[in-house]
Amino acid sequence: MTVFEKMFALDRRWIYLVLGLSVLISLVIPFTVPIPISQEARNIYNYVDSLKAGDVIHLAIDYDPSTIAELHPMSLSILRQCFDKKIKVVVTALHPNGPVMTAMLLDTAVARHFARTGERMKRGIDYVFLGYKPYPALIILGMGQNYRIPFPTDYYNVPVDSLPMMAHVRNLTDVRAVLNVSGTSGTDYWITYGNGRYGVPLALGLTGVMASDYYPYMQTHQIFGLLGGLKGAAEYEELVGAPGRAVEGMKVQVVAHMVIILFIIAGNVGYFAIPKSQRRRLT
Amino acid sequence: MKRQLPLILLFLFGAFMVFQYFVPHESSEFFYEFVALDWPPIIGVFALSLGIISLIRMSAKRVRTRTPDWGYSVVTLAGLASMIVAGLPWFGGQESPVYKWEFQYIMQSILPTMFALLSFFIASAAYRAFRARSAVASVLLVSAFIVMIRFFPMGPLSIPAASTASWLLNVPNLAAKRAITIGVGLGIVSTALKVVLGIERSYLGRD
Repeated sequence: MTVFEKMFALDRRWIYLVLGLSVLISLVIPFTVPIPISQEARNIYNYVDSLKAGDVIHLAIDYDPSTIAELHPMSLSILRQCFDKKIKVVVTALHPNGPVMTAMLLDTAVARHFARTGERMKRGIDYVFLGYKPYPALIILGMGQNYRIPFPTDYYNVPVDSLPMMAHVRNLTDVRAVLNVSGTSGTDYWITYGNGRYGVPLALGLTGVMASDYYPYMQTHQIFGLLGGLKGAAEYEELVGAPGRAVEGMKVQVVAHMVIILFIIAGNVGYFAIPKSQRRRLT
Repeated sequence: MKRQLPLILLFLFGAFMVFQYFVPHESSEFFYEFVALDWPPIIGVFALSLGIISLIRMSAKRVRTRTPDWGYSVVTLAGLASMIVAGLPWFGGQESPVYKWEFQYIMQSILPTMFALLSFFIASAAYRAFRARSAVASVLLVSAFIVMIRFFPMGPLSIPAASTASWLLNVPNLAAKRAITIGVGLGIVSTALKVVLGIERSYLGRD
């Protein structure tokens, strides 16, 4: 087998091995990659930054642990910005595997804020976690009418009416924006019902594979910002001035992309270098 | 009656949901709460029970008959039982330490691991699929190439790469996605209307 034939029909196990090794090596070697900030990410940051202390936003965490590598850094950065600016946050988790993960995420965000500023954010006063209820479309429509319809109590079984933060928050029109961090099609319901039906400003933080599907909604102003995948998470970490797991992960992603591109180039060189008759034999 | 009753119910509930969507009044809220929020979870609980019973029966049969890889079924049953027991209200529900431990150290590790494995398959698929076999395939190849290299630290070349990638996402990608979205939307509306008006009846079965 010639070199070109090998380049054309490489055993997939070599691809797995090289990709795995490149990921491991890039994790170990310290280096940084530049993170240019997109306008879509800057829009979200600027919007949240323009809010006043005491304003309320809704953070809709619609993902499960499978996508935490991309989406957790987004949620943590958003919470950091909100806590720093004293913006109150209503949190929901409309994915069946989301509530426990979200409760832990909130604990982490509160602990980090305390470690950094010495200020402890209080449940029910600075933020509220309403938990999970099935059927996201119905729940969003319900929250558009009154948060208390789908969530008479919060995640910790405390009546929502007894939470000081919720005293002036009746429904979605009382929050300044919904930031939907999502790895599911629940995002469509936020666009259709949250923004379309109740007119609440909406921004999205999505997994990399989902992001391209939602660009049309930027141009139509149905969403005012979009964080796409690990890149979007890294951008937001840079914007809030707290480079973390996403910025660290970007170097791995860049190396993995380089490896994939090299394999694609090799495949194409092999494709054009060997005669047409041999291609069929090798595939 | 066996066919007419579901059709009547579907029409009534469908018409109610359309009407309710445009009437944000308190009485509308009350009916919405009763009809839309209470009923689906009740139906869902029955569907969930059916799924769990089916899973237990299938897994138990595999273990009993010692079919190949029956050990996985033992793990399935053990996982199901432990999560259900740990999540019972008497043990603290979702806040119980055992439930949280299982979630944090099993679920929260397994799910991202499974998702991360996709990168290997994507790399292998990209190597095989992105070949300049034709003009259209070449366009796909070049587009993918530009979108991927936008992250690379290439000094002064980074800016044109990023702006070209942004153009690709915001113009050709956006046009195609919008066409698909509008097409799907129109399809959903027409299908929903056909179902609510009783024109589309295939969901009722043949009886």
